[in-house]
Amino acid sequence: MSTVIFRTFAPFLTALMIVFSVFVLLRGHNEPGGGFIGGLIAASALAIYGIACGVAPVRRALKFHPMSISAFGLALAAAAGIPSFFVSVPYLTGLWASPKILGVTIDVSTVTMFDIGVYFVVVGAISSIALSLEEKDR
Amino acid sequence: MESGSFDWTYGAMAAPFLAAVIAPWVKRWLGAAAGWALSIVPALMFIHFLQFLPLVADNSAFANGFVWIWQIDVNFSYLIDGLSLLFALLITGIGTFIIIYSGSYLKGHPNQGRFFSFMFLFMGSMLGLVLADDFITLFIFWELTSITSFLLIGFDHTRQAARRAALQALIVTGLGGLSLLAAFLLLIGAEDLRVSTMTEAFALGQGFKEHSLYLPVLILMLGGAFTKSAQVPFHSWLPNAMEAPTPVSAYLHSATMVKAGVYLIMRIHPFMGNSAEWNLILPLFGGLTLLVGTVLAIRQTDLKLILAYTTVASLGLLVMLTGTSLTLAVYAAILYLFAHSLFKGALFLVAGGIDHEAGSRDLTRLGGLRSSMPITFAVAFIAACSMAGFPLTIGFFAKETMYDALVHETALFPFAPVALLTPAVLGVAIIGNALMMACGFAVAIKPFAGPAIVTPKHAHDGPVGLWIGAATLALCGVLAILFGAWVGHRLIEPAGIAVTFYAEDLHISPALHLNAAFALSGLTWLLGLVVFMRFEVLRGAIGRMLDAIGWGPDKGFDQLIAALTKAAAALTRTIQTGDLQHYITLTLIVLAASLILPISLFAEWPTELPEMPLTYYEWAVLGLAIIGLAAVLMAKSRLIAIVSLGIQGFAVALLFMIFGAPDLSFTQFMVETLSVVILALVMTRLALHPSDHRPVAKRLLHIAISVACGGAIGALLMTVTALPFDSTLSDFFAQNSRVIAHGRNIVNVIIVDFRGLDTLGEITVVMVAGLAVLALLRLRVLAPESGDGQQGGGQQVDGQQEGGK
Repeated sequence: MSTVIFRTFAPFLTALMIVFSVFVLLRGHNEPGGGFIGGLIAASALAIYGIACGVAPVRRALKFHPMSISAFGLALAAAAGIPSFFVSVPYLTGLWASPKILGVTIDVSTVTMFDIGVYFVVVGAISSIALSLEEKDR
Repeated sequence: MESGSFDWTYGAMAAPFLAAVIAPWVKRWLGAAAGWALSIVPALMFIHFLQFLPLVADNSAFANGFVWIWQIDVNFSYLIDGLSLLFALLITGIGTFIIIYSGSYLKGHPNQGRFFSFMFLFMGSMLGLVLADDFITLFIFWELTSITSFLLIGFDHTRQAARRAALQALIVTGLGGLSLLAAFLLLIGAEDLRVSTMTEAFALGQGFKEHSLYLPVLILMLGGAFTKSAQVPFHSWLPNAMEAPTPVSAYLHSATMVKAGVYLIMRIHPFMGNSAEWNLILPLFGGLTLLVGTVLAIRQTDLKLILAYTTVASLGLLVMLTGTSLTLAVYAAILYLFAHSLFKGALFLVAGGIDHEAGSRDLTRLGGLRSSMPITFAVAFIAACSMAGFPLTIGFFAKETMYDALVHETALFPFAPVALLTPAVLGVAIIGNALMMACGFAVAIKPFAGPAIVTPKHAHDGPVGLWIGAATLALCGVLAILFGAWVGHRLIEPAGIAVTFYAEDLHISPALHLNAAFALSGLTWLLGLVVFMRFEVLRGAIGRMLDAIGWGPDKGFDQLIAALTKAAAALTRTIQTGDLQHYITLTLIVLAASLILPISLFAEWPTELPEMPLTYYEWAVLGLAIIGLAAVLMAKSRLIAIVSLGIQGFAVALLFMIFGAPDLSFTQFMVETLSVVILALVMTRLALHPSDHRPVAKRLLHIAISVACGGAIGALLMTVTALPFDSTLSDFFAQNSRVIAHGRNIVNVIIVDFRGLDTLGEITVVMVAGLAVLALLRLRVLAPESGDGQQGGGQQVDGQQEGGK
């Protein structure tokens, strides 16, 4: 698996895939994509990095334990429903705001926050499984 | 009644829960002073409830609430009448001193902050229980008291005995709670499940006893009350609960929580009581509990255990008196309940003080402490006088009233059994009171009298925090009779009216009346004195008797739990063989059966092949899937089979793409990729033979199951797609995803917006599954290495090895 070409190439591929996963995550509301797919792409990116260069560099690069990332995602998704309480609508009802930042109108919503939460849950859980499975080979 | 719109009673009900949250921080900031600071919370609550005294004494009750779960008609509502107010004052008043005492008793304990938290959680639950108007609200607080009691009994969780006691208390009182819930559920829908409305509807006029469900409801409710209030044969959890730190024993297991059962009995008395069944069951169980409790109390040498068994006995006395339904006897029960909370709470705190300062609470190892612990001795003596019912204490008046009621009063609705029962109840009460008096003095005099015995610690009176609570409670027992008129009119009589619906003037005063009741008191004291003088002899005799019997409910509980564990283990071994192949085979057989059986039964097999107007490239993708499948079947090694499975998955993903489901296709591609990677990684970890060596018979079975599953799912799909397509949902989503949810991607909008809660559940499952896999992998890695001495468990092994050298 760990040929020189693969090892050299893998970090760039991983970086590219992670950028792509974020792109997929953010465009998900209107085009094919979303948190779940984005999370899967990012998880496979990390899996590739792990296979090529070993698990330790991946864990270093992640800074946090994958399960912590997953838990953070779950907390984020659950918190996305909390603003609903303040406007007396059912939990997790999508709320939108369009503030103007530096002259550009940006649509922000609790739905996006929820989707980002989904993304983190999937990245964390899947890469946690993949990384701990890869660890034994070393 | 409060100014402004905020109902401060809600505030008082919420305050302990808030205090539970901040308690650990208060402990960290203030250290030893935390007990004093935190006691402000219950003290303020006490003052809040004090304001209601004059109003409730005028026969008014206060209720407020809001709809909690309208779908099943559950309200969160409170009711302040004489009975709940008396309990609320006891809970907050005694609670104040218990919190102060805990500050001193557990000084320097590493988990003292947590202890305060648990105590406040309990206080809030107990207060909610007695104030609840709605029965479902009452049930929830009832269960909360069981849970907090569990946490507090098991506070010292490193000791096995404490863990067992906590579990036993939870199981016994938890089962009782379920019984109570069953009683409420029987009534839900049929009746307005509120204390106030039930009382109004049934108290005067026709009783609830004609109701067709009366007997089952009564038995189920008593199931709850008897377990909580430790009636025979459910009593053994209460003495075992003495494993808890002493403040817990004093507060939960004598002054408040164990009285929840008695509270419930009194609460339901207006509409459930005064029937033949009531007047038979309650005195029977109560009387038995009184006798068993006192006899077992004499057997003990541990101060706390003696007090615990006399608490069991007192609870029996209360149940017995309430069970007679005689108005004056019920008033006596309320008086006794009030007196008991004061003197028993004080005695428990004294026992804890002795334990804390002398280092032991075993009667046989204590003696002559009167000179080294004079304050403690005085407090204990006053409390024991109230327990014995000596003049000038509230205990005296409670006992006189009790005897007076049983001698003179006839039943309001004289049922035949009551007439026969009353003399029996009187006899049991006299014996019980006499034995309790002996036990009370055994606790209050024996450790202090006689020659000094060397105790494990150098004994002296503890700091103020350790005796102020006991002293206040003991003195209240005296003040209560000196200010008898106030106590009677403001506290006891309103509670009595709430329970019996008959007003009675008690004329509480320290004056002596030389009547029949006083003569019976004299008899009680005489009997008590004799038992006290012969205490050691009786203890030995009862010990021998119990050894001869050799079995009790406590042992029975252990046997029950052991049998349950065994049965569960046997069942688990049968179902959970640990063989993965076995599980998968079973799961797939069930899947096939659950598909094939309904289709066969309703004759819904597809009759004709659907038309397939496919283009050449669609056929090509389908062919790719079939090639992938064939490759799986023909693969020489497992790894090749896994990768070939990916071909088939990719082909399906392509099909999704062609038929206009890019999201689905996208996800399918990623899932296929990752599952091939993960499966391949798993394969490298499992020490399996690279190729497949199943015997022919097994192969045939597996082929049969595969064909059945695949065929059944195919048939199901054909049948379903043959039906006209109902497009209501997809139309709704198509129309509204842009309008309501501002998104053009319908699939994503459904996931994150329309069905957001589902997704939240799903990602929780994903995360938990990730955790579980991680735990399983860790387990496998660590198992063979645990002896290396790198982990916590390993150090012990090292130590043993060194010891061996």
